Amino acid sequence: MLKFLMKMTVLMMIFSWSVSVGAAGPEAMAEGVSAESTSSVVSVEGAAGSAEEKNPEKKLTVEAIVNKANLMAYYQGDNGKAQVNMIINDYEEKIEDGKKKIVTKNTRTREFNILRGDIEDGGDQNYFVYFIKPADVRKMVFMVHKHADIDKDDDRWLYLPSLDLVKRIAAGDKRTSFVGSDFLYEDVSGRSLQEDKHELIETTDEFYVVKNTPKTSQSVEFSYYNVRIDKKNFMPMKMEFYDSKGKLYRIIESLQVETVGKYPTVVKSKVTDLNKQSFTLMEFSKIEYNIDLADIFTERYLRKPPREAVR
Amino acid sequence: MYKKVIMSAIFLVTGGWDSVTAGEDPNWAGIVRQAESFVSDVEVHGFLEGRGGFRLLEDKYEKDMSVMETRLQLDLSAFPEWGNLKFKGDTLGDFVTGDTHFDIREANFACSPLEFVDAKIGRQVLTWGTGDLLFINDLFPKDWQSFLIGRDSEYLKAPSDAAKLSFFSDWANLDFVYTPRFDHDRFINGERISFFNDGLGRISGEDAVVHTDKPNRWFGDDELAMRIYRNIENYELALYGYRGYWKSPGGMNLRGQAIFPDLNVYGGSIRGALGKGIGNFEVGYYESDDDQNGSDPMVKNSELRFLTGYTQELAKELTGSIQYYVEQMTDYDNYRDSLPAGAKSRDRSRHLITVRLTQLLLNQNLRVGIFGYFSPTDQDSYLRPNVHYKISDDLAVEAGANVFLGEYNHTFFGQFHDNTNIYTSVRYNF
Repeated sequence: MLKFLMKMTVLMMIFSWSVSVGAAGPEAMAEGVSAESTSSVVSVEGAAGSAEEKNPEKKLTVEAIVNKANLMAYYQGDNGKAQVNMIINDYEEKIEDGKKKIVTKNTRTREFNILRGDIEDGGDQNYFVYFIKPADVRKMVFMVHKHADIDKDDDRWLYLPSLDLVKRIAAGDKRTSFVGSDFLYEDVSGRSLQEDKHELIETTDEFYVVKNTPKTSQSVEFSYYNVRIDKKNFMPMKMEFYDSKGKLYRIIESLQVETVGKYPTVVKSKVTDLNKQSFTLMEFSKIEYNIDLADIFTERYLRKPPREAVR
Repeated sequence: MYKKVIMSAIFLVTGGWDSVTAGEDPNWAGIVRQAESFVSDVEVHGFLEGRGGFRLLEDKYEKDMSVMETRLQLDLSAFPEWGNLKFKGDTLGDFVTGDTHFDIREANFACSPLEFVDAKIGRQVLTWGTGDLLFINDLFPKDWQSFLIGRDSEYLKAPSDAAKLSFFSDWANLDFVYTPRFDHDRFINGERISFFNDGLGRISGEDAVVHTDKPNRWFGDDELAMRIYRNIENYELALYGYRGYWKSPGGMNLRGQAIFPDLNVYGGSIRGALGKGIGNFEVGYYESDDDQNGSDPMVKNSELRFLTGYTQELAKELTGSIQYYVEQMTDYDNYRDSLPAGAKSRDRSRHLITVRLTQLLLNQNLRVGIFGYFSPTDQDSYLRPNVHYKISDDLAVEAGANVFLGEYNHTFFGQFHDNTNIYTSVRYNF
């Protein structure tokens, strides 16, 4: 026993040395990166603010619009929590008595609690997804450390409670289905603004319409997408994706927006895949912002999910 | 639906009791009401499964049926203010052995007595380390029999009766797992799976089930496992230590019984992003404490084990991974010198390559995968193809195989050649 403890002490000493050597480099680097990106966000917002004061209608740049829309859709508050219900359907269009009718089939449901913590607005974020339904995935946890830098892949983990296994998941194509639904990973955690070229193609009484064209087209299945952004609060209300032939094939809609605390929040959204003939409805409930949340985005809480995630 | 039935059964019992006791003593009624509210907060889940499979080759020591069973798993959990309670147990009707067994997989209590401490006490499943179906520093019990006959991968992990204490700090995190009485693997002993029996020098099965002499004194024959770990920029670094016994038999006594000699393991691992995927490396030194210089032919020698792995998404919904694993005897010359005349000797090193491919299809409802072990030194391999389809949110079907190929009948996977089997299952989750 004594011999064992002595050997462990030696191992711990070696470990502490390697940790202290390793820690200085990357952390210092991360600080550099974050300082840079914060300043860029501030400058864009500053520019937008002054333009707005002079002439709110015309002078707002497209960069300012998409930045505000990004913050509105993905960065409300310092953190957030919601229970999510998903209904995934295949559908068929049928003509009955001369009327078009939509028939759904093969319905699947998902229910999970999602916790989000922002490291900085418009920048890195963490997500913690605790599954409730269906029964075979109950208590599984999916955790993401999202990196805003497009050259750095997100870090993703999956916890399998029946094996007590913390699995590291290889960074994947972000345009892959999230939990088998029509929502993609990128729809849930946000597509980096740096990926696309943005053009303001129309301004209506209610909406800014922004066309987004990917800078590198090989990595995605769409050729461009248009977003209708609510002029009052900058909430993206509708996204329409077009394929290489210019055909509309995918639509994401914000069906219902409510104000939670002081934050406008999408509480019901829908994505339709016209090619696959399937759609997914996503409803949010028990929404809270700025909750008292420790740093739960670690292995500790994968193995023992916090009360905030379970309830 | 099932929850309602089970809960109303519990209510019938407690409710009936309530009405009897309430009249006699009002305090009792309060306690009972509290208990009832606790019971109604218990989450009840589980599954009902039927699974069947058979051997593709004739095995003269085992039945043709490799697995034939119905299983009901009940999973109860409660989250009162003072901690988490968990019970998970299986009732198994096994047509191969003709028995009904109860297997309690989890019965534990977890809490955080201090802000920086987590504790979990009782029967629990434990896992750590970086290997994929290869284990170096994870010395928690495995159920190799379930793994080879085609049960769900959940059953590869056997539960431990242990106390786990975890301490968290900014500098590093520390886990201690104390098992007061040795929990060995559910190892291959000749029941259901035939294997190469060193003592007999041939393949054996039900005809010569292994008898063991295992350490089983409470608090005397205990195990201690620890891990110290830290995450630097999402590179996960860990050091491990273990003091206990070889988890599957690691020797023989003079009466011919299999024994579990003393074992200490020291190791480390790292895992993190590498290129487009995830890379990992793990090493462990297995110190066979009862045979320090490797000259005792009745006890396994010390070994150095290491593995390195890489996982990457190859295409949309297709993931591939590869691992390279080596175990090397540290006192090989002493081992060779101590072998009895005519005994088959092992190589100094056993090299192993594993490959995993997983494709998700049909909105991730269909999973087609294969896991393969290939050993160039043993000239054998083990393939695990599997297809899993979710018919609905509640119902899933699965089919797969365990295929053993080998040049020789005494190598790690080659010895299982005649156990090659296929299986299928249907499971209803609730």
